[in-house]
Amino acid sequence: MKIGIIIKREYLTRVKKRSFLIITFLAPLFFAALMFLPALLTLNSEKFDEKKTIAVCDESKMFVGKFESTDFNTFIYIDDDITDLKLRVKDGEYDGVVYIPGTSLNIPVNAEIYSVRQIPMTLVSYIRSTMKTTVEHEKLMASGIDPDIVKAATTAVNVQSIRMSDDEEKETFDEFELMLGIFLCMIIYFVIFLFSQQVMRGVIEEKTNRIIEVIVSSVKPFELMMGKIIGIALVGLTQFLLWAVLTLAISGVASTFLPAQDVFSTGTVMTEQIEEMSEVTDSQATLQMVFDVINSINFEAILWCFLLYFIGGYFLYSAIFAAIGAAVDNETDTQQFVTPISLMLIIPMVCSGLIASAPDSPLAIWLSIIPFTSPLGMILRIPFGVPIWQVVVSLAALYVTFVIFTWLASKVYRTGILMYGKKVSWKEIFKWIKY
Amino acid sequence: MNYLEIRNVNKTYGDKQVLDDISIDVPRQSIYGLLGPNGAGKTTLIRILNQITMPDSGQIFLDGKPLSPIDIANIGYLPEERGLYKKMKVGEQAIYLAQLKGLDAREAERRLRHWFIKFEIQNWWDKKVEELSKGMQQKVQFIVTVIHEPKLLIFDEPFSGFDPINVNLLKNEILELRDKGATILFSTHNMSSVEELCDNIMLINHGQKILEGGVYDIKQQYRSHKYEVVIRPSQSELEIPQGLTILATEKDANGEMHITVESMHANELISDIIKMGEIVSFKEVLPSMNDIFINLVSSSNQR
Repeated sequence: MKIGIIIKREYLTRVKKRSFLIITFLAPLFFAALMFLPALLTLNSEKFDEKKTIAVCDESKMFVGKFESTDFNTFIYIDDDITDLKLRVKDGEYDGVVYIPGTSLNIPVNAEIYSVRQIPMTLVSYIRSTMKTTVEHEKLMASGIDPDIVKAATTAVNVQSIRMSDDEEKETFDEFELMLGIFLCMIIYFVIFLFSQQVMRGVIEEKTNRIIEVIVSSVKPFELMMGKIIGIALVGLTQFLLWAVLTLAISGVASTFLPAQDVFSTGTVMTEQIEEMSEVTDSQATLQMVFDVINSINFEAILWCFLLYFIGGYFLYSAIFAAIGAAVDNETDTQQFVTPISLMLIIPMVCSGLIASAPDSPLAIWLSIIPFTSPLGMILRIPFGVPIWQVVVSLAALYVTFVIFTWLASKVYRTGILMYGKKVSWKEIFKWIKY
Repeated sequence: MNYLEIRNVNKTYGDKQVLDDISIDVPRQSIYGLLGPNGAGKTTLIRILNQITMPDSGQIFLDGKPLSPIDIANIGYLPEERGLYKKMKVGEQAIYLAQLKGLDAREAERRLRHWFIKFEIQNWWDKKVEELSKGMQQKVQFIVTVIHEPKLLIFDEPFSGFDPINVNLLKNEILELRDKGATILFSTHNMSSVEELCDNIMLINHGQKILEGGVYDIKQQYRSHKYEVVIRPSQSELEIPQGLTILATEKDANGEMHITVESMHANELISDIIKMGEIVSFKEVLPSMNDIFINLVSSSNQR
């Protein structure tokens, strides 16, 4: 099969390129760095730093003894003047000084921390939360309310949204599904763009090199076009696979070097901050929720949909891009054709927020069924659960459109590749389809 | 016995008739020249033979059988617009192109090594094409065209881009291929190479055949009965016999007279001029293919 020979060349020449190797191996390192750098940095500031000595200059006298020294930090309460203390920090006697100015209202809510080197985030948040509890306590006492009563009255409310289908009831986690949808949508968007542009560039290369006529005297233009599209699709899938494997491997290696306990503890620092915002107090419950979220998502269905929409979308767009590449003489002429086509990909991207916040709205349903927007539109909705008939209709429409457009594109391609030195217009291209 | 027969081929693009009822017979093991000005329809005809474009009507027979996709392996094509993948290594690329013509990789490599030695370019094997000069790339391109030992070779302006030494090398290769059994169709503007190589030619203009035949026959057909004679006059004053149509005379530094004369019978002419002095040389002035080409094309354009 000659198409096999073409696929092999398209695949090997790209995979053997230095840029492919560099991107393939650097990207997972980058992902891993993204995952572990925050942990590493926090660890460095806490554990690998020497013990910090912090002076506390409390003019309000409300917080004396409230900050407790730990293995990492020692708090020393000093009544000296703050300007003097600042100088001593500069001289290196202390790592920092917490200055709480006295106020006439006697409820100090401001504090300043002076240091030469940045004070770790964890320490700052410890000081903040300690002050908050203390002030709240004082205020309650002043109003004659027993703080213990307030504590008992504080209730964590948990509202669970449960989606019903015929055979089961399922807990849903909208925020997570929204993020997953948008993440998948971005990946599909970039991948379709990146690789179908590569198809176009490959076609232009063959045309400007003038090798095209030699090749089409040996194989049918359709075989050459499809060989190129399939070859580049395989390059893309190879890259995915290598990224997945390498990212897993690197994170595996990295986590053996980083003691799990430490990574976890930095994790809790972050969850603490999130808790502060979301008012979820029980960290055990948070952890349980994470597992629930993960269990509630049908990853297998998402993976299949991702692959089917990636392949369908990529083939549809790369056939069109191949035709564009064949119609023009060089890359600078492609713009007038590429822009309107890209718009069709950009529309669902722009609407992604709207779709994800109302996945069953008419807009969302239409964008996930119309073939040009469906690869992105549907993948946004998939994590929320989509009626199976919509997926079937959308996929059928996508693949039928793909066949029709490949057929049309091959006609444009066949005429275009042998046409030199002609500025083509949309009108001209429609004429080629009729030939 | 003809190897290639083209019967009544028509092709239109839009409302432009690019080929108008073209028929050609190309005898086996001969070199056939396809001549015509730019835009005459040569490239379209060649693309039809390579099954890149389809004719609107008409038939093509190769070795007596209708042309079919299997014949790709029987045809070698060197297009006018030619090139190679710039970033690909020469050897790798040649093997790829040979594979597309139906050779398996090992056989392709064996034959390529042979050709590379013949052209003394063995050390180019692992070079990228962009490192080679234009002429070097053309050599590689030629090898790729003939590597699958096709029975029909189609060359479109094969000599453009070659220096004189390589043009000579190429001419010899083409003649050698013909002697080994290949039938060659070639399209060119270079009339001297037509006279040198072609057995038969066809001249087309605006998609129509305006002349066809053997190169010798055509020259005879268009002879103008002019002769160029050089004589050493017996007297200082040249005596011109009655009845001779002298078109031009010129005396050179050695005292020899160069006379251009028109006559229907060479033998009578010789007996006439023999009286004028000693004949140094005598030859018929045949029109060059170039003259015939220009005359016919411009007169067909006027019509």
